[in-house]
Amino acid sequence: MNIWEIIIISLIKIVIALVAMLLTVAYLVYFERKISAWVQNRVGPNRVGPLGLLQPFADVFKLLLKEDIVPTASNKVLHTLAPFIAVFVGFATYAVIPIGPPIELFGYKINLFMADVNIGILYVLALTSLGVYGITFAGWSSGSKYSLLGGIRSSAQMISYEVSMGFSIAGVLLLSQSLSPVQIVAAQYGWMWNAIVQPIGFITFVVSAFAETNRLPFDLPEAEPELVGGYHTEYSSFKFAGFFLAEYANMIIASAMIVTLYLGGWQVPYIDKLGLGVTATTLIQIASFFVKSAAILFFFIWVRWSLPRFRYDQLMSLGWKVMFPLALINIVWVAALIMIFHL
Amino acid sequence: MSVKKREKDLSILGKLYIPEIAKGMALTLKNMFRPNVTLQYPEVKFEPPASYRGRPVLVQEKNGVERCVACGLCSRVCPALAIEVQAGETSAEKERYPEKFEINMLRCIFCGFCEEVCPEEAIVMSKDYELVFQKRSDAIYGKDKLLVPVDNLRDRLEFLRRFK
Repeated sequence: MNIWEIIIISLIKIVIALVAMLLTVAYLVYFERKISAWVQNRVGPNRVGPLGLLQPFADVFKLLLKEDIVPTASNKVLHTLAPFIAVFVGFATYAVIPIGPPIELFGYKINLFMADVNIGILYVLALTSLGVYGITFAGWSSGSKYSLLGGIRSSAQMISYEVSMGFSIAGVLLLSQSLSPVQIVAAQYGWMWNAIVQPIGFITFVVSAFAETNRLPFDLPEAEPELVGGYHTEYSSFKFAGFFLAEYANMIIASAMIVTLYLGGWQVPYIDKLGLGVTATTLIQIASFFVKSAAILFFFIWVRWSLPRFRYDQLMSLGWKVMFPLALINIVWVAALIMIFHL
Repeated sequence: MSVKKREKDLSILGKLYIPEIAKGMALTLKNMFRPNVTLQYPEVKFEPPASYRGRPVLVQEKNGVERCVACGLCSRVCPALAIEVQAGETSAEKERYPEKFEINMLRCIFCGFCEEVCPEEAIVMSKDYELVFQKRSDAIYGKDKLLVPVDNLRDRLEFLRRFK
């Protein structure tokens, strides 16, 4: 392949991934509303289009037509920059996650991820930590006490949960001996899923992922009853839509990361024993990635509509006194497994 | 010195939270498959029970005459001052009738005092809850809008006789 072919293939992949991401975010919002309705014995959106399927687009058009309000007391530059940081982080992170095995298409060998970064997991961790700047900037630059409290909570929360998240990932890295997501998926061949091998690490990672994405048991940065809207109190129109988009994009990334690190990525156990053709196997593997991600996303939404919010001090003590030691125990457990079974 | 065990103190299992979280999640999952309670409003309308206090109406007898004798008690008791009655004389047995009977539906608070105080069972609360006006003057209901045939109010009259 010459350089132009590589560039064109990459561009096509980027466009497909972006469009897919935006559509998934739109319908994630739709399903969030639907599932919340089902949990509360309601019907949910069903007026716009058949079964309310056009509701997300109606929401977006409504947001775009709203007036963009910038508070007088705000720092205008950072106030504008903050939603861009949030959206950029939300979309750039997806580049390294493989959704399937390499495929042959029109004589080209195509990898089903945008970039094979050999330190991909580090890249994801770095970018998601960057996401906190979007929220903190938004909180600080709005010039409102509610926003500021939301922003501060967000950074404090991020610090407490990034640690246990990093340590739970360390367990995965010990087993796969690589930081590349492709290698990590390959290491979970058959039933060697990390969720089965190291269940404690799985739980700490999932809980930390909830905290990282500001989802409900830990959505303190935007706690409505106490902080009005939290960090995005002073945002409206498209900038608000940016934060909304980023929140759901982060959810998708978190679920894709959980699947990649702990649920075997696109691997389906014993699929090579079924004797299917190459095409069928590949399609099933890609589908399995999406099914697993969808299940995790459903779990995210399900938890949101079941559990109440943690108090601020409870959140901190859970992060430092429970999750952090558990993640350390997990590393010892994995190390012991490697010592005993030479995995 | 012993520490008294309080009801809110949790056992070890309770402190783990995990069984309680699982219980909560199971409950929400179960609710996802229950039939929902929503009425699709403009298509399906809520049919209120007889005890419902909708907009107050005047009972119209079968011969087309209102029961009201224009005693003015409803107007006196109305806490929102929504009712205006002007009495007139008639040659019928009841001798008095309301020449003008107006309820300002922007003032009415649906308390039902007018119905309670009425000695003739002439003003009752109906099941009508869809009240929309384009102008303030539209909200003042005269006799033309207030009179409802007695047959449509059987439910409510029955209810009043049993429970009032």
